Amino acid sequence: MNIIEYKDVTFRYEGEDENHVLPLTIDGVTLNIEKGSFVAVLGRNGSGKSTFAKLANAIHLPESGQVLVEGLDTKEEKNTDLIRRKVGMVFQNPDNQIVATIVEDDVAFGPENLGVAPDEIRRRVDDSLKAVGMYDFRLAEPHKLSGGQKQRVAIAGILAMQTDCIVLDEPTAMLDPIGRREVLSTVLRLNRERGITVLLITHFMDEAAQAQRVIVLEKGKVLMDGTPRGVFAQPQALRRCGLDVPQATGLAKALADSGIKIKTDVLNEEECIEAILAARKE
Amino acid sequence: MPIIRLENVTHNYGDKTPLCVSAIKNINVAIEQGELVGIIGHTGSGKSTLVQHLNGLLAPTEGKVWIDGEDIWKNKKNIKNIRFKVGLCFQYPEYQLFEETVYQDIAFGPKNMKLSEEEIKQRVLEAADFVGLDRALLAKSPFDLSGGEKRRAAIAGVMAMKPKILVLDEPTAGLDPQGRDSILEMILHYKKVTGATVLLVTHSMEDVARVATRVLVMNRAQVVMYDTVKNVFAHSEELENMGLAVPQITRICRELNRRGLALEEGIYTVGDACAALLPLLKKGVG
Amino acid sequence: MVRDLTIGQYYPGHSLLHKTDPRVKIVLTLVFIFIIFFCQNFFSLGLMVAALFAGVALSRVPLKMLLKSMKAITFIILITALLNLAYTTSGNVLFSFKFFKITDEGVYTAVFVAVRILALIAGSALLTYTTTPTMLTDAIERLLKPLKLFHVPVHTLAMMMTLALRFIPTLIEEIDKIMNAQKARGADLESGGLMQRAKALVPILIPLFVSSFRRAYELAFAMECRCYTGGEGRTRMKQMKLKGLDSILIIGCALLLGGVIALNLLFKAYNLG
Repeated sequence: MNIIEYKDVTFRYEGEDENHVLPLTIDGVTLNIEKGSFVAVLGRNGSGKSTFAKLANAIHLPESGQVLVEGLDTKEEKNTDLIRRKVGMVFQNPDNQIVATIVEDDVAFGPENLGVAPDEIRRRVDDSLKAVGMYDFRLAEPHKLSGGQKQRVAIAGILAMQTDCIVLDEPTAMLDPIGRREVLSTVLRLNRERGITVLLITHFMDEAAQAQRVIVLEKGKVLMDGTPRGVFAQPQALRRCGLDVPQATGLAKALADSGIKIKTDVLNEEECIEAILAARKE
Repeated sequence: MPIIRLENVTHNYGDKTPLCVSAIKNINVAIEQGELVGIIGHTGSGKSTLVQHLNGLLAPTEGKVWIDGEDIWKNKKNIKNIRFKVGLCFQYPEYQLFEETVYQDIAFGPKNMKLSEEEIKQRVLEAADFVGLDRALLAKSPFDLSGGEKRRAAIAGVMAMKPKILVLDEPTAGLDPQGRDSILEMILHYKKVTGATVLLVTHSMEDVARVATRVLVMNRAQVVMYDTVKNVFAHSEELENMGLAVPQITRICRELNRRGLALEEGIYTVGDACAALLPLLKKGVG
Repeated sequence: MVRDLTIGQYYPGHSLLHKTDPRVKIVLTLVFIFIIFFCQNFFSLGLMVAALFAGVALSRVPLKMLLKSMKAITFIILITALLNLAYTTSGNVLFSFKFFKITDEGVYTAVFVAVRILALIAGSALLTYTTTPTMLTDAIERLLKPLKLFHVPVHTLAMMMTLALRFIPTLIEEIDKIMNAQKARGADLESGGLMQRAKALVPILIPLFVSSFRRAYELAFAMECRCYTGGEGRTRMKQMKLKGLDSILIIGCALLLGGVIALNLLFKAYNLG
């Protein structure tokens, strides 16, 4: 079953005046996001990946074509609220999405807007904070947290709204390696344990390698769409659109190019090590 | 003579209060002219505090800072000149653009240096070339540039002062792989043309592996290692214990070593790993 | 460093005053201020000072902290006291110099006024020491709810206050960063005349404005994504309900008012001004 459907979607930003029409940012995208899946969207800066994400919960509306969230058209205004109850969004800058001066009040913000009963909000807030490992910080002030912790609070804020899908727009771009690891492992766990659909926009190859499906956008079009293994098997094509492959994949490829018989569709360190050891035995 | 020398430098925040914390403690380090030093350490290890001592934005609570053989706090009035000698480019520098045109923004530093109009113009054009910024963009408002262009314009604003020492804090943060490559290329280019010493504060071990000649590792307010890239990455496990990531390639080679492939320690690029593995694997085939 | 910055002057604790409903605390603080102004002689004022000390004891906020909050206004108190001293001409003359004289009544008035101001400040400080800024805004929003009838956008105002509180530390950090960045390019913020200094602020203010607008824009998106549509139909996780403790405090305050009136009448002869 699909949770989000893009049907021949185009989108462009408004120019300064009528004579100044900007080019299409999203140019004829058709694809489906399956419920419960973990999808990574890759693309260089300016490829349209962030716009693609913002089409998913009616922040942006398509110029032509349709975006459907569980069958609801994002273009219809009466659907907006319903759609945002299904698809939550986490943004790049952790500072600019936290509303309250205390962690638990911030997590409560979404359910409060939905008019949930106080006892139920309390239960959801505690549960969500535990799910992202921030329960011990429930009374902390957000500005005293690290970037990774702030992003986890933002994720908890979406969880507390009980959305089926979380769209994360480069959530790790401003974080240090420890913060990146915290956020990614949290998202992976929520997908696995709670069946939450995850749409992760990123330009870190190692993060994309952990998804079930990788979509590569270039100039507003879908350039590649497949398993990480399939996508990273094409390093040349990736480099042409400003991307790269994980170092592990790069090493296997480099060895193969030098005439070693080695398995090249490796995604992570372990697979690369196994492949090299296997190549030695031959 | 080293171009940068820190002698027992300590910096306390909230000195003489009960909340006093040492952001850096008893730092002794000497950096030679022409090095490209990668400064690594987890958030809060004291990296930012350290680099802000190099251009006198922060004064040491204890100890001395020597730049180009000169004790920078000997004559306090002179501190502004140190800032032109040590160019410091902060994280996300694009958020500090403010002038009407890109040209004027890049010219801000040289203007403060009280250079002649002609010299300023020459500096601006040169800096724009260093960062590969199209001259047609110079007349535009900096707020009309794309994200990547803004970043380059801001870095040009520091390069226009032609500092002998260029310090960059996370210059590649938030950029895609190609954007990262092009920023690193232009830093190398600046270094090659001017012979400057470059310090690169970064979380990206891949960046360090690609461009640095030496690595300075900070942990808990202290410098724990200052050595060649190879020697530092040879201590990959120690680095991981400090909460630092080492390049994927280094970890792969370390594990292969453990599993019986005789690889030397401290391999950190795909090219080196490939070169080291080829003879071992070819022998296996033959 | 900014990370250690705490907004307001909340002193964390679990005392009775900390647990009191913030709405009650706000109202009672206002009542307390009102009663203080109602005091007309040292006896009634003494009762209020005693009540204040009882409040401090209940809050478990160290007296030292409270005194620190008064440091800033020492000057104002001194001036007010001196003015009272100089302008009160009735009573027995203690000291005179040309047309300037000091009377015993003047001394009493000066001391009386000083103690009154000190009690006012200490009373309101007690409120901010035992209530977090969030709780304060929350309580103000709830207290002002009736004003909605007169189309006062109470919720919007409270939301603005919350967001302001939330972003103060972020903006302080940002200003610090921008200042350092411009200083690193040789900007001179410390010397020169007034005009020069004002001009030197431009490289700091423009980036600050730009980034504040960017933040506002992003924050608005983030709030919309979390289904924020204003105050209508919102519920609150934290409910405020009056408890036994709150009623005791309210009754206590009422008794204080009674006591002050009684003392004012009883010692009418000692009333000042």
